[in-house]
Amino acid sequence: MRMKKNAIHYNVMVLPGIIFLALFSIVPIFYAIIAFENFKPGRGIRGSEWIGLENFTYLFQLPDSGQIFFNTIFLAVLKIIANLIIPLVFALLLNEVRQKFLRKSIQTIVYLPHFLSWVLLATIFFDVFSLDGIVNKLFGVFGIDPILFYASNKWFPAIIVGTDVWKEFGFSAIIYLAALTGINPVLYEAAEMDGASRFRQLWHVTLPGVRTTVVLLGTLALGNVMNANFDQIFNMYNPLVYQSADIIDTYVYRAGLNDLQFSLATAVGLLKSVISFILVVISYFMASKFANYRIF
Amino acid sequence: MVGRSNLSNRTIDAAIVTILIIFTLVCLVPLLHTLAVSFSDKTAADAGRVLLTPIKVTTSSYAKVLDDAKFFHAFYISVKRVFFGGLLNFVLTVMMAYALSKDAKQFTMRNVYMWFLVFTMLFSGGIVPWFLTIKSYHLLDSFWALILPHAVQVFNVILLMNFFRNLPKELSEAAEMDGAGPWYIMIRLFLPLSLPAIATVTLFSIVFHWNSFFDGLVLMNKQDHYPLQTYIQTLVAQLSMQAMTGMSPDQLAQAMAVSNRTFNAAKIIISMIPILLIYPFIQRFFIHGMTLGSVKE
Repeated sequence: MRMKKNAIHYNVMVLPGIIFLALFSIVPIFYAIIAFENFKPGRGIRGSEWIGLENFTYLFQLPDSGQIFFNTIFLAVLKIIANLIIPLVFALLLNEVRQKFLRKSIQTIVYLPHFLSWVLLATIFFDVFSLDGIVNKLFGVFGIDPILFYASNKWFPAIIVGTDVWKEFGFSAIIYLAALTGINPVLYEAAEMDGASRFRQLWHVTLPGVRTTVVLLGTLALGNVMNANFDQIFNMYNPLVYQSADIIDTYVYRAGLNDLQFSLATAVGLLKSVISFILVVISYFMASKFANYRIF
Repeated sequence: MVGRSNLSNRTIDAAIVTILIIFTLVCLVPLLHTLAVSFSDKTAADAGRVLLTPIKVTTSSYAKVLDDAKFFHAFYISVKRVFFGGLLNFVLTVMMAYALSKDAKQFTMRNVYMWFLVFTMLFSGGIVPWFLTIKSYHLLDSFWALILPHAVQVFNVILLMNFFRNLPKELSEAAEMDGAGPWYIMIRLFLPLSLPAIATVTLFSIVFHWNSFFDGLVLMNKQDHYPLQTYIQTLVAQLSMQAMTGMSPDQLAQAMAVSNRTFNAAKIIISMIPILLIYPFIQRFFIHGMTLGSVKE
């Protein structure tokens, strides 16, 4: 009896949120029908002409579409790899520091960029990578001629990946650091008794201790292969580097909301959503299988 | 730790600390540079002579920002957004996380809701359908368009729910024995016991609202409805987009040189202040809150 009464309260607690999600996350999925129409805003979803898969076939004929899909996956994969390895290296090094004050100070500073917006950071990097910016000054010391990073399709992907790592490595290291503190200190003492050097301890105790975490983050990252980070690229790119920086999301924004090709942009976005969804489901399945991970 | 004091170990330690300091400096340099530019003389900054220390220290760029009514109007909208958006997030997150932390025996519908939540987190219709939906609700150009679509942050709900589930079951059972209802248990028992997790999700939601620029850009037609990040974004984008469309690299170089560096830098620093203010207070919580809530092995 009591349980039933509580369940009513639980429903009351959940429902407002569910309604918001239905209104703002589920209803848009129905609007995605326009991917199969020649949508005219004046006529609405029902009044617009149904054209089936025409938008999708048109999309595959576009000369740019291959490049855009390539850029998305290329940038995302580079970021995934860099964002797995660099935070790990950082966490392993930080784990060796015994002075508490030094540890805390370093942590406080490196977490900070995660909380700053790409709008602000893009403005800052615009300055840092400009012709007379800090990076070119530093290059000058080594005798390298100034580079116009923001106009170079060769350099721009490196900047996108580099600044993303810059922003996130500290924060991503938190999970590794937590796994490292979970390693039983007795293992280190035993290794030292056996005469293991610090590199041997790293190899035989520390790395196996974080292996599950690395595997887990690696498998979960698979779901992000279609996501190269809209906020970052949208704020940092410009027409000169569209060729190397334009990703699905930025393309959809320009085609859909700037050029008002609603149906085409929705088709591209929907294709991306479906592929992403499948990848995320696979990665979650793998994570639960290999690392015993469950989101709930 | 007997072997830790010999020479080779000390060399390794020194090398590690050096590398870590380089990591830290790389994080700090762009921010310090912006701070230095904001306090520098305009001609020195525009000539690119400022590195990490201001040249001819002046607060004139800040004085200029203080005169900029549009900047402060956008700032005010962002503060309002953080307040109402954060409050709505907080109330809904706590209620949903608490109810969903019960198991399916106590709350039959739980798993249905849970799958619904995860589905909305993983699948979206895309930007254009999202825009058309909000347009169909007549929310364009309304302040609430910045708040309502983000009322529930599913990730935060799951984070807090996992935290709640780690609290001992005996607690709520004992309280129920004493006749306490679910609302009482949630507010008087679970909330105070979950401060690190609550601080974490609140920080995430505040940072989210403060940093968002895209919805302002797309959903607001009038510039006086822009939140701060959108306002700054359009300033910078106008500058870079106008300047770069169809430009040769040389022209681009010139365009980049004439940008108003000190003024922009001052705006960036002021926009960072709210984050910098809450950051130290909540920083000590989120490490604990994040790892407890997200990684379960």
